[in-house]
Amino acid sequence: MQWETMIGLEVHVQLATRSKIFSGASTAFGAEPNTQACAVDLGLPGVLPVLNEAAVAMAVKFGLAIHAEIPEVSVFDRKNYFYPDLPKGYQTSQMYQPIVGAGVVEITLEDGTTKPIRVHHAHLEEDAGKSLHEDFHGMTGVDLNRAGTPLLEIVSEPDMRSAKEAAAYLKAIHSIVTYLGISDGNMAEGSMRCDVNVSVRPKGQETFGTRAEIKNVNSFRFVERAIAYEVDRQVELLEEGGVVVQETRLFDPERDETRSMRTKEEANDYRYFPCPDLLPVVLDKAYIDHLRDNLPELPADKRARFERALGLSAYDASVLSATREMADYFEEVMEVCGDAKQAANWVQGELAGALNREGLAIVDSPVSARQLGELVARVIDDTINGKAAKQVFQALWNGQGASADAIIEAQGLKQVTDTGAIEAMIDQVIADSPAQVAQYRDAEPDKRGKMIGYFVGQVMKASRGTANPQQVNALLKQKLDALC
Amino acid sequence: MHDKTLAELKRSLDAGEFSSRELTQHLLGRIDRLDGALNSFITVTYDQALAAAEAADAARAAGKAGALTGLPLALKDIFCTRDVRTTAGSRMLDNFIAPYDASVVEKLAAAGTVSLGKTNMDEFAMGSSNENSHYGPVKNPWDFAAVPGGSSGGSAAAVAAGLVPAAIGTDTGGSIRQPAAFCGITGLKPTYGRVSRYGMIAYASSLDQAGPMARSAADCALLLNAMAGHDLRDSTCVQRGVPDYTEELDTPLAGLKIGLPREYFGDGLDPQVEAAVRDAIRVFESLGASVREVSLPHTHYAIPAYYVIAPAEASSNLSRFDGVRFGHRCANPADLIDLYKRSRAEGFGDEVKRRILIGTHTLSEGFFDAYYKKAQQVRRLIRQDFLDAFEEVDVLMGPASPTPAFDLGANKDPVSMYLQDIYTIAINLAGIPGMSVPAGFVGQRPVGLQILGSHFTEARLLNVAHQFQQGTDWHRQRPAFAEENA
Repeated sequence: MQWETMIGLEVHVQLATRSKIFSGASTAFGAEPNTQACAVDLGLPGVLPVLNEAAVAMAVKFGLAIHAEIPEVSVFDRKNYFYPDLPKGYQTSQMYQPIVGAGVVEITLEDGTTKPIRVHHAHLEEDAGKSLHEDFHGMTGVDLNRAGTPLLEIVSEPDMRSAKEAAAYLKAIHSIVTYLGISDGNMAEGSMRCDVNVSVRPKGQETFGTRAEIKNVNSFRFVERAIAYEVDRQVELLEEGGVVVQETRLFDPERDETRSMRTKEEANDYRYFPCPDLLPVVLDKAYIDHLRDNLPELPADKRARFERALGLSAYDASVLSATREMADYFEEVMEVCGDAKQAANWVQGELAGALNREGLAIVDSPVSARQLGELVARVIDDTINGKAAKQVFQALWNGQGASADAIIEAQGLKQVTDTGAIEAMIDQVIADSPAQVAQYRDAEPDKRGKMIGYFVGQVMKASRGTANPQQVNALLKQKLDALC
Repeated sequence: MHDKTLAELKRSLDAGEFSSRELTQHLLGRIDRLDGALNSFITVTYDQALAAAEAADAARAAGKAGALTGLPLALKDIFCTRDVRTTAGSRMLDNFIAPYDASVVEKLAAAGTVSLGKTNMDEFAMGSSNENSHYGPVKNPWDFAAVPGGSSGGSAAAVAAGLVPAAIGTDTGGSIRQPAAFCGITGLKPTYGRVSRYGMIAYASSLDQAGPMARSAADCALLLNAMAGHDLRDSTCVQRGVPDYTEELDTPLAGLKIGLPREYFGDGLDPQVEAAVRDAIRVFESLGASVREVSLPHTHYAIPAYYVIAPAEASSNLSRFDGVRFGHRCANPADLIDLYKRSRAEGFGDEVKRRILIGTHTLSEGFFDAYYKKAQQVRRLIRQDFLDAFEEVDVLMGPASPTPAFDLGANKDPVSMYLQDIYTIAINLAGIPGMSVPAGFVGQRPVGLQILGSHFTEARLLNVAHQFQQGTDWHRQRPAFAEENA
């Protein structure tokens, strides 16, 4: 039987506010346990939440970026359950009236085609603390530094049909939130986490199959692997005549499988009700318009502009707009050197190769965009030839000079284009190579083309690589042919 | 000294008749001698009180005394006080020392008041008799067989017994007004949002409000001046200017339109309480007020709606008492669930457990719409009743409670206890301000007249109460217990 996979994602994005969503404590990552939890975060008796306006603005920006409806009124609700890392015994979230309504995220598939994925809504909520099960000898430690960090939970419709699409969707969300500057998108530090809903159904069937929810999948790669495993599991189960039960499962990346965590019957009744400590959030049109007017260019727009206005290929445009850091870097190189295609070639060629070799992110590149732009400019204006340019790049990478010009100067890499100087070097090489000249002269004219390579090499060597190779070729041919 | 109002004490301090330190020592001495029998305090803060009194005396000597500088008061033990135990009347918080001050505590301290300690209360403010305290019931200074009312029973009894001239209470369904009525003192529940709730341990967040309890309306005005105002730490505390609540006290009442809600004078109202209230209303007529009957048609839904909304909020508010970070933790928990179950089972009293269970049930899947949503709809209707009535009249008057203080142990059935709050609960649901002022006695037990106004009309209510107190001396009566122990 042919099976169809239905996937929906709930992506939790930590918003990059300086302080927490309902308190003034810092949100910085990695501090000593419980040093960034104030009375409000600890849920001490009598404390009250006060909403951080920056979190609201970030949520609205995301909504605008996915062309979502932004309701005038949104309301915080309490989700009640007991857990040691949930200090108040409830999580303040938005159940009934979320801040962002329905919208659309466009994903780019590997073949370059795009597909719209509908977002059901996105809501604001507070993160919980962390339970630490190691190092406490049979006890559990609780770190509440993370408690109260603002989260935007983005809930998609079940519009994805493969693990690849799900990963592309996650990348698109990552790209949007980093472009907007509303999250650092750092998955290793938990800035983006996602729950994956997976179900399968026989192809052609209208109704949905029973879904399983895989909790807390924390990398693009794991999302693909978890879905792949889960789809196989469900299909196998159904083909053997079994049924899929609605349940929550955990992905174990080490064993590459998902395991049951709790079934629907064991699920909590969260007893949602409006939080009486917080007023409804009312957003007027002027506020929303102001945020809309100040949105940065978003990935899809940038990709389109790279293709249409800069004349890049669809592939180049897609790669160079994939992350804000990449796009910013590329655009600066382009601005400095003045040529989009050359800039694209260098960023994706020499730079990407070097970054890959050393496992560095573009923001950690030892060669700045300005330095690379200046280097490319020197190639374009023929100050150096391609071979020298690679040498200069390596020198910049190794920190051997502050700028391309300084390195060109210091290492004498400036391309020699003075015909007189090149002719002098050619004359010297011809004078020093009587045997080769004789061979050349005696050869059939159609074989001579290959033999000229030796002379070119000698001239380039004599110029320490700085002679303009085209000029050397043309002048050599003239001079040698004159001897025949 | 212990018999005076705040205003009188200020005059004495200003005149140098005694110092704040002497006054404080005198009252601390009375607490030592009398409170063993009364049980109105949970914690007495001797050292802090004397230090604050000395600082107040120094401020006065430097010519920097404000309206409340050096005046003693007590705080209901629901307000967090830095470095001082804050129990909310519960075993759960018997060991809890708050690391911060509630906004109200901060403001009163900034005004120069001297807190003598933390007063007894029904556990987590759940109760109408102060019998639900882990620290034992409080006696009514007028009659030791009677309850002082609740939940701010300790605050009311301490003021009535002359242990302290004023105290701060909280009112979620009548917890300032009913004990004020039972103990023959003046109490004000401000408009919801008038006073910050930050640092006040939450019972039902959408209903809780702090207010003053004192020996006169004028004293309540002085205290509200210090307590009211916006607080950046409480989103439900309104950004609205605070008037000087003493300014309108002397405005004559000629032309005042008083409404008597028909529903507040019906079945279940003790005839002697009714007689006292009607006598009080005649005093207002003699001051030039006109009286008419009005209707609050949804009154009989107030108690059911309250007992859905308040327990729902409480069930969530009290989840933080889980034995993990502070408060009571059971001995040797076997695992996490055991820790939760036993810590909460041991830490909470019966009434608190009852309301947590009610609230947990009404918020549960399948019941939420029928209970919580419906109760919120009813709440809007009740609010509308009051708004409609205030289109016709300036203030509403009636009894604060259907009976005078009842006997300790008289209301063993929770529902009969809940029904005691029939005249006070709707006011919290509507969010409007209300007062109780002394208006006579049934036998030796005081009767309270309740005065209600529309949102943010505290100045008017205080004016109405003050004018009544200019023409009557019910608020000047003192229980024999206080007199004998002078």
